[in-house]
Amino acid sequence: MYGNHAIGEAAIRAGCQCYFGYPITPQNELTEYMATHLGRRKGCCFIQAESETAAISMVYGASLAGARVMTSSSSPGMSLKQEGISYLAGNELPAVIVDVCRGGPALGSIVAGQSDYFQATRGGGHGDYRTIVLAPSSVQELADLTHLAFDLADKYLSPVVVLADGMLGQMMEPLEFKHEAPEVLPVRDNALRGARGRPSRIVRTCNSNTNEIEELNWSLYRRYQLIKKEETSYETFLTDDAELVVVAFGIAARIAKGAIKTARTEGLKVGMLRPVTLWPFPSAKLAELSNKVKNFLVVELNMGQMLEDVQLALGDKAEVSFYGRPGGVIPTPSEVARVIARLYYQKGLK
Amino acid sequence: MKKVFTRPNSLKRTPFHYCAGCGHSIIHRLMCEVIDEMGLQDKTVGIPPAGCSVFAYYYFDVDMAEAAHGRGAAVATGLKRASPETIVFTYQGDGDLAAIGTAETIHAANRGERITVIYVNNAVYAMTGGQMAPTTLLEQQTTTTPYGRDMRLEGFPLKMSEMLALLDGAVYIERTAVNSPAGIRRTKKAIRKAFQTQIDDLGFSMVEILSPCPVNWKMTPLESWQWIDKEMTRVFPLGVVKDTAGKSNAD
Amino acid sequence: MLIKTIFAGFGGQGVLSMGLNLAQAAMLEGKNVTYLPSYGIEVRGGTANCTVAISDEEIASPVASAPEFVVAMNQPSVVRFQNQVQSGGVLFINSSLVDVEVVRGDIEVVAVPASGIAEKMRSPRSANMVMMGAFVKKSNLVSLPAVIDGLAAALKNKTKLIAVNKKALTAGYDFFESEGA
Repeated sequence: MYGNHAIGEAAIRAGCQCYFGYPITPQNELTEYMATHLGRRKGCCFIQAESETAAISMVYGASLAGARVMTSSSSPGMSLKQEGISYLAGNELPAVIVDVCRGGPALGSIVAGQSDYFQATRGGGHGDYRTIVLAPSSVQELADLTHLAFDLADKYLSPVVVLADGMLGQMMEPLEFKHEAPEVLPVRDNALRGARGRPSRIVRTCNSNTNEIEELNWSLYRRYQLIKKEETSYETFLTDDAELVVVAFGIAARIAKGAIKTARTEGLKVGMLRPVTLWPFPSAKLAELSNKVKNFLVVELNMGQMLEDVQLALGDKAEVSFYGRPGGVIPTPSEVARVIARLYYQKGLK
Repeated sequence: MKKVFTRPNSLKRTPFHYCAGCGHSIIHRLMCEVIDEMGLQDKTVGIPPAGCSVFAYYYFDVDMAEAAHGRGAAVATGLKRASPETIVFTYQGDGDLAAIGTAETIHAANRGERITVIYVNNAVYAMTGGQMAPTTLLEQQTTTTPYGRDMRLEGFPLKMSEMLALLDGAVYIERTAVNSPAGIRRTKKAIRKAFQTQIDDLGFSMVEILSPCPVNWKMTPLESWQWIDKEMTRVFPLGVVKDTAGKSNAD
Repeated sequence: MLIKTIFAGFGGQGVLSMGLNLAQAAMLEGKNVTYLPSYGIEVRGGTANCTVAISDEEIASPVASAPEFVVAMNQPSVVRFQNQVQSGGVLFINSSLVDVEVVRGDIEVVAVPASGIAEKMRSPRSANMVMMGAFVKKSNLVSLPAVIDGLAAALKNKTKLIAVNKKALTAGYDFFESEGA
């Protein structure tokens, strides 16, 4: 199944009720999938919105009404969605936002990129908030993490970003769905649908009482601390005896894994840490690894964005090197393998 | 003794923060009367704008949620599509609806969204301190048109009702004014009909209400009422702009 | 084992379906497989291509910078991709439409008049399947029955279309025998 289709099917199976989107390459197949498979389902809706800002505002409206709701876009469109994401976060409303990232800045390229790491993991819009960010690295994970995104969004009343890329979205791989679509669609119990049998409710952040807004920020902060504790997720690969650990996410991790296998055949003790959640970031695991490993290599399809999180996590406990290919260029596994080999010898590991 | 006048149930007991002579409090009250009379209090969700009426949720005793500046029609769309049985209205000013939210408004109307838009036109950005609005009249002075609005520099007053009337999805659009007892009565009828259009599942409905802003117009309340008659209605004529709802909805 | 193949040609020649067929067949045979089509602006203006990676192990990258096989259904594709073929790899060309000299000596060139054969069968749109049959025979990547099964699954119950495609596939598969004879 195509990656973009896998996201759509997983969303429907997660009980997604509403989808609002705007065409942008390389995620159009997802919007089209939702038009075909969600739009006519009972109790569901699909709108091709007039803009990304409108689409995310519709997401906000449907989330107010208690629906499981999703939108998707790619880098330039994600910039436009940031306004609405801030409103979702501030008003504690769940939603799933898929970014099939391409190379930037500006119109950039339509090929895969990872240059929206900062935007996704730092909140992206105005105000002090975070979004949970999940980084799939295969078509199977596109499906699994999309499903998880809906559950996490509802659990923490927060927007969740699935940060994919053009390569994953466009490629086709075998996969298995682990859930059937629910017959009864979920409606959150705090849905805003009219004050029947209860006092009327206001959903708002705007307030002339700054103490209340400060408290809102603290309450979000406490929730984020809880998310950090409960939901940090990563995969390790051959780290037990590693002298050099590659840190990479998404499609770059997949390529790096291939490179590491090559390096291992040459006897180089190389492993990998792949963050599955980019926020919360697996800083503690990195710090733990640095007790034994003194050399890390960050591989990204950008100019070094996750690199900063790795440096923050490691401090001066280890040396961090970087290999990045921005603008939509996809390095081959053998290129990455050569970088690994060079670094391995330069650092005197052999 | 028989009670002949009282506060509508849907209007909270909170004193209005609006300036003396402002139209918002009248419009709020009219809407609450209609919501009461039509029995909609427990099935309505309102979307107030960014602007002077940002705190409308302190006054309406119905479910309400804030929206980003201009996005009211899109938020209402999402809400209504997810919960079609809910009655959804937006309450928007001229900056919100006719400037930053033009696209959202036009496309919601064009899709015939079953939502009701209450569009308050006072020809000025009031909350931010009296800057030019898209509806500011030619030669009208504001803080950003200190020499008067010049058509060659700032263009012309934007007539949203007439523009939206061109769209097939827009079913009922009327322009009224709250600067006289007769205008206030007419406004209430229009609001009622707009909600009825939504209840009957017919399409997009909007009431544009010309509303006085004496503070930013630098007038007395009385002068501002007269200015609506003398100046505003010449550019924004009152009356039904579009009604394809059919007779069943006539009041 | 990791083998990458690029299919390239004019839009409408069915090069994307060739890739899909190969991917489907490899999947049915229990292999790891990725399929990556060209998209967006790259496919405007009438050219299309896709990359299929087949492996016994996890596939690191679905991109092929040096593919083992390239199937070029038209002239521009030969020009564009012949230098990318890995040394020792195979370049399949649709010799009915291609009239370009392949300058590399370190690759094998397999010429199949796919369009011509398809036209003779009064089914000019099946040129892709003729080439597919020849590709399957020569590359030995997947079996012909697996390709036919995958095709049947993709076309669901369009029995007539399946029959036409099957005939074309077989014609391509048997092409080398008839040529040798």
